[in-house]
Amino acid sequence: MSELIQSSKVTGLTKVNDCVVKFANVNGSGSASANGMFAKAVFRMGIPISPHNIFPSNIQGLPTWFEVRINENGYLGRREGVDLIVAMNEQTIAKDIASVVPGGYVLYDSSKVLANELLRDDVTYLPIPLKDICLEEFEKPTQRQLFKNIVYVGALSAFLNIDFKVLTGLVSDQFRGKKKLILPNIHALELGHRYAIDNFACPLTLRLEKSEKNKGKILMDGNTATGLGSVYGGATVAAWYPLTPSTSVVDSFATYCKRLRIDAGTGKKKYSIVQAEDELAAIGIAIGAGWNGARAFTATSGPGISLMQEFLGLAYFSEVPIVLFNIQRVGPSTGMPTRSQQGDLLCCAYASHGDTKHVLLFPANPSECFDYAASAFDIADRIQSPVIVMSDLELGMNEQICDPLNWDDKSRYDRGKVLDAQQLDEIEKYGRYLDSDGDGIPYRTYPGTHPHKGSYFTRGSSHDSYAAYTEDGSVYAEVMDRLTLKMKTAVNYLPEPEFSETTSNNLGLVFIGTTISAINEVLDSLAKKGITLDTMRIRAFPFHDSVTEFFGAHQLVYVIEQNRDAQLKSLLKIECNIHEEKMHSILSYDGVLITAQHIEKSIIDSMIDVDASGEVPA
Amino acid sequence: MQAEKFPRKTAATMSYINKPKFKHPQMQTNDIGLTRRDYEGTLTTLCGGCGHDSISAAIIQAASEMSLEPHRVAKISGIGCSSKIPSYFLSKAHGFNSVHGRMPSVATGANIANKDLYYVGVSGDGDSASIGLGQFCHIVRRRINMLYIVANNGTYGLTKGQLSATADIGSRTKSGEESQFDNIDMATLAIELGASFVARSFSGDKKQLIPLLQAGLSHKGFAFIDVISPCVTFNNTDFSTHGYKNTWENYMALSEVDFVPMREEITTSYAAGKEKEITLHDGSAIHLHKTSNDYDPTDKENALHHINAYKKQGKIATGLLYINQSTSDLHELQETVDKPLNSLDNQELCPGNEVLKDINNTFR
Repeated sequence: MSELIQSSKVTGLTKVNDCVVKFANVNGSGSASANGMFAKAVFRMGIPISPHNIFPSNIQGLPTWFEVRINENGYLGRREGVDLIVAMNEQTIAKDIASVVPGGYVLYDSSKVLANELLRDDVTYLPIPLKDICLEEFEKPTQRQLFKNIVYVGALSAFLNIDFKVLTGLVSDQFRGKKKLILPNIHALELGHRYAIDNFACPLTLRLEKSEKNKGKILMDGNTATGLGSVYGGATVAAWYPLTPSTSVVDSFATYCKRLRIDAGTGKKKYSIVQAEDELAAIGIAIGAGWNGARAFTATSGPGISLMQEFLGLAYFSEVPIVLFNIQRVGPSTGMPTRSQQGDLLCCAYASHGDTKHVLLFPANPSECFDYAASAFDIADRIQSPVIVMSDLELGMNEQICDPLNWDDKSRYDRGKVLDAQQLDEIEKYGRYLDSDGDGIPYRTYPGTHPHKGSYFTRGSSHDSYAAYTEDGSVYAEVMDRLTLKMKTAVNYLPEPEFSETTSNNLGLVFIGTTISAINEVLDSLAKKGITLDTMRIRAFPFHDSVTEFFGAHQLVYVIEQNRDAQLKSLLKIECNIHEEKMHSILSYDGVLITAQHIEKSIIDSMIDVDASGEVPA
Repeated sequence: MQAEKFPRKTAATMSYINKPKFKHPQMQTNDIGLTRRDYEGTLTTLCGGCGHDSISAAIIQAASEMSLEPHRVAKISGIGCSSKIPSYFLSKAHGFNSVHGRMPSVATGANIANKDLYYVGVSGDGDSASIGLGQFCHIVRRRINMLYIVANNGTYGLTKGQLSATADIGSRTKSGEESQFDNIDMATLAIELGASFVARSFSGDKKQLIPLLQAGLSHKGFAFIDVISPCVTFNNTDFSTHGYKNTWENYMALSEVDFVPMREEITTSYAAGKEKEITLHDGSAIHLHKTSNDYDPTDKENALHHINAYKKQGKIATGLLYINQSTSDLHELQETVDKPLNSLDNQELCPGNEVLKDINNTFR
């Protein structure tokens, strides 16, 4: 077998710092940490990389993939086609080998003979007897299993020219203080590295070179940043119900609270985390705490969002600040729990029955996850309403290269319009829902503030300016109109869209969140074909006026989003009155990140359509 | 961080004017100088004769006698006739009429945010035994330091008289609908799930209810009182086990309770056996007169045995059913700081940029 493979005359891909490497594993086999080590090593070599876990909703035994895109130009969106596969899963090996582009490479465990039908004549095979090596070198069954993964990472370091010292440094960092673990891991790396050098011409023509592109950057996942941002933003109460892919938000909050929120004198905690019985209770706890003046949040995903609808309406109507992190996954219903989508825009923007509207923030990278998490608490307090941070699985659970997190030590929490006892003394009659400033935002009081002033009855039923129950339709309508005004005011506290520097084109491109990963690649590629577009990345809802203006300034705008029903486009129609013919949807909803290729093809196809119809191309 | 990204508006000032303060000179005052009126709420909108109004009145009297500061109480409810009750007492306290069946979660969050207030949750049998049964179970388990009252009438009043989950099997509503299913006993459920103070009473028995409310407020931990509170409009027939007639006829006190506020010296000496004195965490005390020597309200199994034995005879066991003073509340379990979480400021909560720089380094 090995001879057959060696004799093939395939010309391997020749590229430096530009490849897609995919690891096909069985989940629960210990591959995640080895694959993570590979990604981190590339990051430390200074080469832009974006790792993506494509994992099953399962604990052990089902297929899982780890796909990394490495690109010197910083094109880190998903790209179709695999340049090098590490095929470790017999269940999927046929499909995995088929996914490799012509000229690509297949690293597999040659302890078992590869079936004839898996042999392609247009790829290069890199057989390594991983199982046999581990059987010979390691005693314990768990080591024999786990180190297969480390051995292939060692081999990859030879094939792709990864600095071996970077890898050993990572092992030392990862197992700091645990010498017993460091040595066998390094040994396993060496075994793979040595085997590759002894049996193949290393490095391959597909390889890596050190770069300077990651200077100053960090490699972090969005949920970790979100949890940490909540610590910095002053959250003291987190209530949640475990749900992929949101769970790690609270995990991160807990981890950093244990380090950063312990009272030095007493050892007691300056936070509380409650694992609720369901998402209803989770948001109920957050609302109770928010009402009582603590900064509170919950984190969830689609099914949780559905359950929280009634409470979101209560918080909107009774004006209680809370922060809700929605790490979107594929719906409807259980959908694909471990795949990503931007599918909750409409159900969050207008969550709950009746006329409602909620502030949404759309972070696009971990630094923004941190900033928006922290700011969300300020915004919620300022506008006394829920703020929903719309992340997704792709951003939440995958590491990304981003700017380091930063905090302005001069900034102070904005607790919004809250009256203390002294301020209450100075006023004649307190009205919880009086719009005394004309901005739609009333003044609130915390329970227990003043012996005889400032108390009110919070309710989800219709109320007047003094929080008293009313069934007077005109009073109800006045409150609803004030809430409309309040949402207009809210826009002042939200992040503006991010615009490209070019502003003279007829064509525009609008997107949110993780779609950003494909945009630069699309723009550069189209520019080579003579097509230039202005871009607008929307970062918040309700939209700023500049969103509407962008449409006014362009003949045609491509609205790119990762859902089936063009939900962002719907929001733009509803809120900004943008005409249908102004917008062209580019959609992707297969659960994995949208690719630059898909966007580019959609744009070019749309132009061909317009040409064929005889209309003037934009 | 966000300063440049999120422009802030400076808060404008309130445009109110000062109002002179006025106090009626002749009303009787309690130890903190408040009159009964200071504990009242808005006018009731419930039906005339509704048991729930007696509960409001009992709470007003209990709080007034205890000299509770009204504004140090937070009143939280769900939805239904029962959940309107918080409007009718302590208008100087903040209230929160939340959503159906979800009072427990809102109360939990409120309590976590500020451990220093008294929390009174008022719910009904529809609210707590049906739509909110899950939340009820979990707030009991979480040992929130509060007084949780269920105004239990065995029916859905606001929707015109459907059976609730606490309606006893065989009990019939005004329209003649008979309950075919076993009822949920909120009191035994609370005991089983770890509530540390469980009582049952009757809206018609102020003498029993008031000291129980006072003891429940003074108790540190989760105090639960199931108050039979007849619905005069829809469930007060002779065939209803939640009507006045059946309740009066089958009402059996396992114990009688006197509440002794902390500032009063305990002067009476009690005989052994049927008498028991329990000092609460805040220094106040309850004096228990038990109906039998073998009933022990500090023994969970024993208490359940007695309640169930009465139930078999068609009797409703009332009084302080169970008390356990050795449990910790959620704040103690979680070891939260002594200051209320809602009072912690920027300095106490934000780790600052130097720390963040170190954290950044762990992601390189």
